[in-house]
Amino acid sequence: MPKLSYRDAINQALAEEMERDESVVVFGEDVAEYEGSFKVTRGLLKRFGPKRVFDTPISEAAIVGMATGAALGGLRPVPELMTVNFAYVAMDQILNHLALMRYMFGGQATLPVTIRMPGGGGHQLGSQHSHSAEALFVHTAGLKVVYPATPADAKALLKASIRDDNPVIFLEHEGLYNFEDDVPENVAPAALGKAALLREGKDVTLVGYGAMTHVALEAAEQLVKEDGVSVEVVDLRTLRPWDKEVVAASVAKTHRMVVVAESPPTCGIAAEVAANIYEIVFDELDAPIERVSSADVPLPYAKDLEQSCIPHAPDVVHAARKAMNIRTETVEPETRDV
Amino acid sequence: MEDGERGLCGDAGQVNKRELLEVYYRLKLARDFETRVAEQYAKGRIGGFCHLYTGEEAVAVGALWHLHADDYVIGSYRDHAYYLIRGGDPGRCMAELFGHADGPCKGRGGSMHLFDADIGFMGGYAIVGGMCPIGVGLGLSIQYKGEDRVVLCSFGDGATNQGVYHEALNMACLYKLPVVWVCENNKYAIGTSVQRSSAERSMAAKGKAYDMPSYVVDGMDFFKMQSVAERAVADARAGKGPSFIEAQCYRYRGHSMSDPATYRSKEEVAYWKKRDPIPKIKAAVRHDFEVSDDEFEEIDRKVKKALDAAVAFAEAGKELPPERVYEDVYVEE
Repeated sequence: MPKLSYRDAINQALAEEMERDESVVVFGEDVAEYEGSFKVTRGLLKRFGPKRVFDTPISEAAIVGMATGAALGGLRPVPELMTVNFAYVAMDQILNHLALMRYMFGGQATLPVTIRMPGGGGHQLGSQHSHSAEALFVHTAGLKVVYPATPADAKALLKASIRDDNPVIFLEHEGLYNFEDDVPENVAPAALGKAALLREGKDVTLVGYGAMTHVALEAAEQLVKEDGVSVEVVDLRTLRPWDKEVVAASVAKTHRMVVVAESPPTCGIAAEVAANIYEIVFDELDAPIERVSSADVPLPYAKDLEQSCIPHAPDVVHAARKAMNIRTETVEPETRDV
Repeated sequence: MEDGERGLCGDAGQVNKRELLEVYYRLKLARDFETRVAEQYAKGRIGGFCHLYTGEEAVAVGALWHLHADDYVIGSYRDHAYYLIRGGDPGRCMAELFGHADGPCKGRGGSMHLFDADIGFMGGYAIVGGMCPIGVGLGLSIQYKGEDRVVLCSFGDGATNQGVYHEALNMACLYKLPVVWVCENNKYAIGTSVQRSSAERSMAAKGKAYDMPSYVVDGMDFFKMQSVAERAVADARAGKGPSFIEAQCYRYRGHSMSDPATYRSKEEVAYWKKRDPIPKIKAAVRHDFEVSDDEFEEIDRKVKKALDAAVAFAEAGKELPPERVYEDVYVEE
């Protein structure tokens, strides 16, 4: 099977959907002539022309609003916000217009907008460039939120997101753009709202999304090797709606769960997953659910300091051992909650 | 009136009587609908925030006069008149205000959020200026598909200080989109006057800053309003890009039903009431044509009949039941 990078998988999904459907248009800051600040939209302007791929001024609120209005007028816009951090400038348009117009207008508005947003920290980009805003979107009825971990999923889920007639927030992890993995020649759109069981096991369930799925997989390898346990890894893939069935079924099997999210713990995705799993399969749990989150601080610039704020495999290993009641010699990491 | 029949222009000598009586009808419908809304609000049948257009009718009637049936109109929460003038049914409008399921938004929108794509009314929006980039997007879809359509986007003087308003005007002008911007300058954003909130007093100058034709017009005068709108709409339709219309007007009532408007003097209100658009239209008809009082009264009766029926229709309806509260959050596959 050919290998494709996460970046190129997204690029191909965009190109294929634009080829298939003339109403798909791409716009954002530096997406056309500059080919994208992360080069995700490389080649699109050349292939599809300036009518369908164009640059905007630095106007995130209007970029989103324009996408909303264009969708009302029959287009299928796929705008890019240069990073998830800049989505904050557009929050009123995303949360207070795009998300709710269909409902508010009695079902009369159909808004097939997919907003792509690179995000994630860990590269010394400073506090204003290192947010994980997924919880804010997941909290909002009317939006769907997708966060792929692999190139194959990035391609399949972006195709599905674009074809979905609902507003979709499509998050991409900047640290994964160069990650290469198997992607089949022909990729069909994948159903949104379905998690993937990446690894089967029976002693503990590790749940992750985006870059943290890879952290979970790395932790699983370490646990299997060092403790001889059997570890199940679930990649959420879609955050709203998220696959409660698959996660609950896994916990019913393993009875112990760790959720790892690269975001502060307070009201985050890990808290959402934990609260629901407690409700759905409380009797199956043999230990409290462990959450591994970022430090509850704005991410600092300094290299090692920043890395200490973000979850890594040893943090997940430690949490899993706690859930499985396996004694270890390692020092308890500093508590992450402020 | 059919699209092809409309030929009203600024020079009153060239218009016909039927057109002028139609203008009178529209102004009266908008005026009296709002009076009914105030009555129903006082009776507790309409709740929440309710913003009346009383006094500003010539802006909506004039701005919309030259639009085609498939043009788009988008605006603020002060949207009842726009909905009606666009061709919306008064009964359905009242039902929406009552929160009933037979309103165009099934009672989920209410007074501030009327919407009906069938008549090209793309929403009332509560976030000041928030509709502006959405208007830009509608314009983008027109340009992309090469359609013969325009967008008319209306907002108040307060919106011209909102960040996204500036983003939207810049993008519309940059891309030369077919959007006509109509600023209803009624001098106040709730209780804050233009003098107290806008460093640049001229709304038209704030449109001109984005390099488009900008007009100041007497929004209390239908003839002047439609004349300026005709030119702006024609320019947009011809691919010349956006225009900005500052319609100087006045709302006789407070910002909303909750606002007693003590920030305005009685003298100021009286000054603007003297410039009421409805007596002006009647005077224009009388000046140029033979017309009896009975002809005006017949229109008044037509309006009364329509509004009586509208209230009755709204009273007979009811809200969506709680079991249906989750419908339309998403398009279901």
